[in-house]
Amino acid sequence: MGPVTRFGRWIFAQVEDLGRLFVVLFATLSWFVRPPYRIRETFRQMQYVGVGSFLIISLTGTFTGMVLALQTFSAFVTFNAESLVGATVALSLTRELGPVLSGLMVTARAGSAMAANLGTMRVTEQIDALQTMAVDPIEYLFVPRITAALIMVPVLTVYFNFLGILGGYFVGVNYLGIPPGPFVTSIVNLTDYDDLTTGLIKSCFFGLILSFISCYKGYTAGEGAEGVGQATMQAVVLSSVLILVSDYFLTDWLF
Amino acid sequence: MIQVLDIHKRFGEQKVLDGVSLNVTRGEILVIIGGSGTGKTVLLKHLIGLVRPDKGHIFVEGLDICHLRSWELKETRKKFGMLFQGAALFDSLTVAENVAFPMREHTKLKEEEILARVQSRLAEVGLHGIEGKHPSELSGGMRKRVGLARALALEPEIVLFDEPTTGLDPIMSDVINDLILNTQRKLGITFFIISHDVKGAMKMAHRVAMLYEGRIVEEGTPEEIRSSGNPIVQQFLSGSSEGPIQAV
Repeated sequence: MGPVTRFGRWIFAQVEDLGRLFVVLFATLSWFVRPPYRIRETFRQMQYVGVGSFLIISLTGTFTGMVLALQTFSAFVTFNAESLVGATVALSLTRELGPVLSGLMVTARAGSAMAANLGTMRVTEQIDALQTMAVDPIEYLFVPRITAALIMVPVLTVYFNFLGILGGYFVGVNYLGIPPGPFVTSIVNLTDYDDLTTGLIKSCFFGLILSFISCYKGYTAGEGAEGVGQATMQAVVLSSVLILVSDYFLTDWLF
Repeated sequence: MIQVLDIHKRFGEQKVLDGVSLNVTRGEILVIIGGSGTGKTVLLKHLIGLVRPDKGHIFVEGLDICHLRSWELKETRKKFGMLFQGAALFDSLTVAENVAFPMREHTKLKEEEILARVQSRLAEVGLHGIEGKHPSELSGGMRKRVGLARALALEPEIVLFDEPTTGLDPIMSDVINDLILNTQRKLGITFFIISHDVKGAMKMAHRVAMLYEGRIVEEGTPEEIRSSGNPIVQQFLSGSSEGPIQAV
């Protein structure tokens, strides 16, 4: 087989994969408006995606805020703008770092687990078993996980922002000596409601991306442990890349 | 009850089924024997619509399942139960939840009634007191029994078995074969089994068909298969490495 034929086949395979992804995406979206609504399973997934991620979000949120305060202080101190450290930390977190880093952390923790879980179900024929029992695997497996991520990623983002600002306050006021009044005032004066809501809109998109990609990669996993490993790796890489790429376009659209 | 007409299936360059035709009669145990990689599992998956043929038809009670819409296929699948090779129990659910799963999905039974039926299904396959265990805590034989209890949960008209004794020791294999035979006698439903376990097949089957290179090469009662003059069948029954079947 010549290189042109090989390239042609590769292109066809990619287009076919993309087509399959959209078919599954539309099937998933159609199940959001049709019963059954699996409330109990959705809460179980919310517990896994959300409550289970609180520790990792606490750590990353706090330290991101702390390091932001340190970095901006060292730059702002040269032109006596230390009082703006608070606003810079708050704006960076609410607009950008909160949604993006929360999305990436949830991808690493819960997205990888979703892909591995569904991949294992695929190779051990549990997904076939669902079908033989007349249960649609997309409805049963995808919808509760995606709903959970759509609800919990924004909640985790708010928590990330809160702890980040608290971490920034701690470093700025207690370690770098910025007076608490100007630190808080700059946040109140320069951060508005829209900064928070646009960040939350982004986090909803990131929740959708990471949960759908993770479920899809697991659902289409190849044979054996190798197939599950590949699916998990691809889920994390593709979700992370799509979060960062879509962040640019969402920022351009929202601000 | 099931009519398979000239099924062809290919995966890429590999031809798996090459014109399989079969009839499954209500209330019988039909065992498909054949070596590994001859397309037995693919044939089984065709019967329940998990795989669609490239060519040919499969009629289940007169309905061509190859051309059904997804909701029609779902309705047809409720007539089936299936026991998978590795049992395919849901790891995140307990034994009781696994057996109750099809009832919770497709019936409006009250919870107490479902639990009573779970216990009776488990008792039918010889299991007691394991309702709260998870599949990872069970032996291979127990998993297969729970899988059978789950397959029977909705009182299906036909049960498909994918290699029911693979991975079990000879004694446990015989126990599972007896269980299948006794269950069929008791319930009178149709069993379609694929297996490479010749001894088990001859013990359980009302009819045996042999699949080789994507085609049915012989079909008949166990006695007819034993006395078949087909060298392919004879080599498979004897388990000899020499003959028309090239293992390597």
